[in-house]
Amino acid sequence: MGETLIRAVDGVTLSVGAGEFVALLGSSGSGKSSVLNLIAGLDRPTSGSVIVQERDLAKMSREELARYRLHTVGMVFQSFNLIASMTLAENVELPMRFAEVDRGKRDRLVDEALTRVGLQARINHRPSELSGGEQQRAALARALINRPKLLLADEPTGNLDSHTGTEIMDMVREFNQQLGMTVVMVTHERALAERYAQRLIFLADGKLVGDELNPALSGKSESDHANADGERR
Amino acid sequence: MKLPDLTELALRNLRESLLRNSLTTIGISVGVASLVAMLSLGVGLQQLASRRLMKSGLFDTVVVTSRRDLRNFGGGDERNAPAPGESRVLDEPTRLEIEHLPHVLEAYPDIRFITELRYEDKPHLTMVAALPSSAQSNDAFEGVQGHFFSSDTAPEVVIQKAFAEELLGKSPRPGVDETNVATLAAPLLGKELTMRYAQREAAPAAPSAAANDKTAVPDDQNLAGAAYSVVSRELKLKIVGVADLDPESMRGPTRARVFLPLKLAESLHVMQPTDLREISRAPGDQPVYSSVSVRVKNPTEVQPVEDAIKKMGFNTFSILDASKSIRQFFKVLDVFLGIFGSLALAVAFIGIVNTLVMAILERRREIGIMKAIGASDDDVKRLFFAEAGAMGIVGGIFGVALGWAIGQVINLGTNIYLKSQSFPPEHFWSVPWWLVGFALLFSFFVSLAAGLYPAGRAARLDPVQALRYE
Repeated sequence: MGETLIRAVDGVTLSVGAGEFVALLGSSGSGKSSVLNLIAGLDRPTSGSVIVQERDLAKMSREELARYRLHTVGMVFQSFNLIASMTLAENVELPMRFAEVDRGKRDRLVDEALTRVGLQARINHRPSELSGGEQQRAALARALINRPKLLLADEPTGNLDSHTGTEIMDMVREFNQQLGMTVVMVTHERALAERYAQRLIFLADGKLVGDELNPALSGKSESDHANADGERR
Repeated sequence: MKLPDLTELALRNLRESLLRNSLTTIGISVGVASLVAMLSLGVGLQQLASRRLMKSGLFDTVVVTSRRDLRNFGGGDERNAPAPGESRVLDEPTRLEIEHLPHVLEAYPDIRFITELRYEDKPHLTMVAALPSSAQSNDAFEGVQGHFFSSDTAPEVVIQKAFAEELLGKSPRPGVDETNVATLAAPLLGKELTMRYAQREAAPAAPSAAANDKTAVPDDQNLAGAAYSVVSRELKLKIVGVADLDPESMRGPTRARVFLPLKLAESLHVMQPTDLREISRAPGDQPVYSSVSVRVKNPTEVQPVEDAIKKMGFNTFSILDASKSIRQFFKVLDVFLGIFGSLALAVAFIGIVNTLVMAILERRREIGIMKAIGASDDDVKRLFFAEAGAMGIVGGIFGVALGWAIGQVINLGTNIYLKSQSFPPEHFWSVPWWLVGFALLFSFFVSLAAGLYPAGRAARLDPVQALRYE
């Protein structure tokens, strides 16, 4: 972290309901990724609170945050972030190693997860042998392996062509609708957000500048579930 | 994360940068090998020394002298000693009494005298000593040419190398010991020596009682009404062995160069220096010894035996104290060798730190990913520890094997050299099990210690920063 104080997120108050599909929109440097990192428990606000399932992430220890990331959150990134030296199966298995899932169950779960994203034939390939779309599907399988309540996606289609991006987004929507997962997606593509998200939140210079239901999609109930309110250095 | 997962991940990470990790592991191996080599040399030398010293008979022997004898050794506890008048005489019943003490293997009189030996009609004056048959296992007879006495009463002698040289008219250059015992022994073995000695005979006895009557001593001993006389005798002895080393090493105050079987020497009743003094106390022909050597079953039992004999009223001497300082010397040697061995391991230590710090830089993103998907600080820390530990264990195993192999090669090489110099082979290299275990544990813990800093650094890594890093 730099010496000068940068307010990446300042005075943002928002709440996301269970099962919602929310898009965080903004240009680069608007603080949307920082908000996502706060919700993911990768970062902690210098002041304010981030409440997920009635627990304040800002007050958790590093150990508790790690457990929260492991069980409650699944994450996908723009650059996929698969571990290059591991096969797809090993990448997907990794969160289960941290969660100390029984070895006997793992193979089946890995197989199920990769089948769900259509990669059962690629199970022993390394990420470098796959296309971008395949890698992002593997990343999705990994994000879901510990059955999290919350899926956080940071520009998930940013490195993909529009066709592959649509494929990935269709999958994310499927998880949202069929598994009832809450999805928070960061993107700078308004068109993409409008196509999939129920709610659009706009950020600029670390401040909340807009929060609206997606006019293109029918709204959902407003039951408060997650709440982010903080600032970040 | 559970241990099997941890191990699996650590090993796969090590395989990923195989070259670098192998080089680091080789570094550890060399460090452990040098440690093992140094320590096993120390241990081996120590074992060799104590084996030698045990065999020399120095450490299981107590020399007993009468307190009346002015020639006593040590003399440290003069104050506790009874006044000379009340002290006991070291005679045959006392010898038997000592021999029946617990832990005592045997007690034999120390018979030694200076006399004339004739070889090919040339007289040689030298010190003669008696040896019990148990001396056969003595270290000094390891390189003996010929053989030991065929029986305890056989008229045979074993001579010392220096005396053999004298008999052959060779004068060894001082400080140079290059003559081979075998070449010295060849012309002497089986030859005869004639020993002339003074026999103490109970009185009244005619000077010509025995076979050789030509040389009755003119001044027939008749001191203070002593009840014995001294007769000159001759005895033909066969040379059966030539010893390379001095079989008596440090046992007596004077060194003998010719050795007789003990029973034979006893039967000769040779005039002893103590005889004159003991006349008044021990009349008759009961022999009185100047000193008795007591062999104890085990060096650890020397002290109680010594105490028991002291209680009987005699002076004792053993070399146990000397052995303490030898042991101390080896402890110091071990420490020094260990320090030198550890230096190599210290270099390996830095190698591990370097390798793991490099791995953190290289795997920064990977660490970030692991944290993002739920790895705790502890998981990351343990993973790096496991990698360091695995390198330590593998390095330790190879290191012990390498150290052992180095030892074998050096041992072999030295023995080839020893053989070429016609010395018996020696086993001065020893890798005991405790050293193997110690080296493995040491290597493991040194590696873990080396992983301490890198693991801590990896665990503290901020995932947001790490993921941003391309």
